[in-house]
Amino acid sequence: MDLLEYQGKQLFAKHGVPTPSGIHATTVDDAVKAANEIGYPCVVKAQVAIGKRGKAGGIKIANDEAEARTHSDAILGMDIRGFTVHDLWLEGASDIANEYYASVILDRGEKRLLAMLSRMGGMDVEEIAESDPTAMVRRHVEPGASLDLEVAREIAYEAQIDDDVVNGVAEMLAQLADLAVAEDATLIEVNPLIVTAARQVVALDAKITIDGNAMFRHEDLAGYTDQSAQDPQEAMAKEKGLTYVKLDGNVGILGNGAGLCMSTLDVVAQAGGDPANFLDAGGGSKAEAIVDALEVITSDEKVTAILFNIFGGITRCDEVAKGIIEASKQIELNVPLVVRLDGTNQEEGLKLLADANLPNLHQEKTMLGAAARVVELA
Amino acid sequence: MSIIVDGDTKLVVSGLTGREGTFHGLRNREYGTELVAGVTPGKGGHDVDGVPVFHTIKEAVSERGANTSMVFVPARFAAAAIDEAIDSGVRTVIAITEGIPVHDMLKTYWKAREAGVRLIGPNCPGVLSPGKANVGIIPAQFFEPGSIGVVSKSGTLTYQIGNELKQAGAGNSTIVGIGGDPIVGSDFIDVLTLFEDDPDTELIVMVGEIGGDAEERAADFIAENVTKPVVGYIAGFTAPPGKQMGHAGAIISGSSGTAKAKKDALEAKGVRVGTSPTEAARIAVEVLKASA
Repeated sequence: MDLLEYQGKQLFAKHGVPTPSGIHATTVDDAVKAANEIGYPCVVKAQVAIGKRGKAGGIKIANDEAEARTHSDAILGMDIRGFTVHDLWLEGASDIANEYYASVILDRGEKRLLAMLSRMGGMDVEEIAESDPTAMVRRHVEPGASLDLEVAREIAYEAQIDDDVVNGVAEMLAQLADLAVAEDATLIEVNPLIVTAARQVVALDAKITIDGNAMFRHEDLAGYTDQSAQDPQEAMAKEKGLTYVKLDGNVGILGNGAGLCMSTLDVVAQAGGDPANFLDAGGGSKAEAIVDALEVITSDEKVTAILFNIFGGITRCDEVAKGIIEASKQIELNVPLVVRLDGTNQEEGLKLLADANLPNLHQEKTMLGAAARVVELA
Repeated sequence: MSIIVDGDTKLVVSGLTGREGTFHGLRNREYGTELVAGVTPGKGGHDVDGVPVFHTIKEAVSERGANTSMVFVPARFAAAAIDEAIDSGVRTVIAITEGIPVHDMLKTYWKAREAGVRLIGPNCPGVLSPGKANVGIIPAQFFEPGSIGVVSKSGTLTYQIGNELKQAGAGNSTIVGIGGDPIVGSDFIDVLTLFEDDPDTELIVMVGEIGGDAEERAADFIAENVTKPVVGYIAGFTAPPGKQMGHAGAIISGSSGTAKAKKDALEAKGVRVGTSPTEAARIAVEVLKASA
């Protein structure tokens, strides 16, 4: 789950990481009230889980109440690269002397946490790597241990952080590594990590990803909604407990198992089609889950044909067939549905579908044949 | 021979008394796997269809000679169950449980490595050596004994490919589902090493997907260390960046980890990569016949 900046900053504050205090607002009036409370100049920041908000006009400085109102009104509801702004964060403007970059991420390949620090803050990691690969200092954290303050200082020296703030920066990096473990974060990025004119080290931004599997032990984070699920179909799928990802095309897709489902999208694309979604019905899908899945897929108006690609292992083909038949009673299927059923209880499933003789239903024997057919019908 | 599970496997199932644990544990026994014990704290002394249940894995090892543990415990307790298995003296731990927090797995991964215990999974379908033993949830009816080793991040995709191989008249030495989580106990490289040393395996099919760099690392490893032919398949060419596709590990961040980068890395090292599961199976059979 990706936290918004203000949620990340609240976590920072909880763990003693120096960060500007501010106020969260969802309406223009509340934002203006918050700005008056904070004082001017005040920064109005769009809260969306996507980078480069500043360039998109999502971060503005207000010098008085009138500007606070103008900016809040402009930013709320703004679309930033596909994300609608529903939340604002207001904080006092910082007096920036240096901009650094710090992060702690899960390095899957090395099976360790990786701490990174650069004196070149304000741009993204790829840009830093491109402009000067030596400017990013990387060091793995030993599993089960904290990032030693001594090691953090070495990193800071190596990154050519200004001498007078080496301790402060090192301390923050060590705090971030501890926070990653304590809060089950797989990514913490502070960009920029600033040094103020008064030489205070401050986390001016916060990008945090929390491991969704660990939410059960973070009740305080449960209220934060995942901003990546704003789309109506994605929200609907989430409610029904389905793994659904919205795409741009018109071929609705359901598969069982994440790998097979991804593979289904690929073969549909190879056949010249444009997938509308990823929907993993999961292992052991029961009829009810199939009804839910069809409901979500058909609620996307762009969908002109649907492909069900099922290879039954634990999933039983007869259960899937029952689900399709049940769904056709509950939902009016206005688009063709291509079904490929293979694997456990395939015979029973195929027979059920044949007996039901549903309009708009097309059976195919192979995955590739089914992909070609659905593209033809879409 | 085969790898990881075979006729010598003596299985203890953590969570045997649970619904899923009972169903799959007994299914594995029915297939011919020697299921010697179950473990559920507080239920020691009971039995599941004649299989004795103990409080601890250690007891299952000392009383019943268990050498392989399968973990079917709910996610929040699963890492502890894997840790217990590692400490108990079994040589192999196969963790089926989905949804284990990744920071738990970081610790457990290193614990297994230090103890020299082979860990497969978590969030994996298990390991099947056709005709010998099945530990996990892989539907065995789609696989025949043979000489193709399969290693895969995905369950259903593996069944799809196994079924295509079977229809093409080819069988498998062992099928290993390594799991789709960001941190798994054994990676492609670990399993490729085992297949390379297994006299029953003549060809290896490697099934990857977007996310991480395990496939790229495997490509380098294959070039240096694997003499047997390897055929690849990668899922997720149409996945948009920044979105998670079902498996916790299947997410593209930035430029690395894309399906195309993985395919290119494998092909650069001479591994043929199928564009669909069907084509991957076809290439595998073709290469196998050519080398026979």
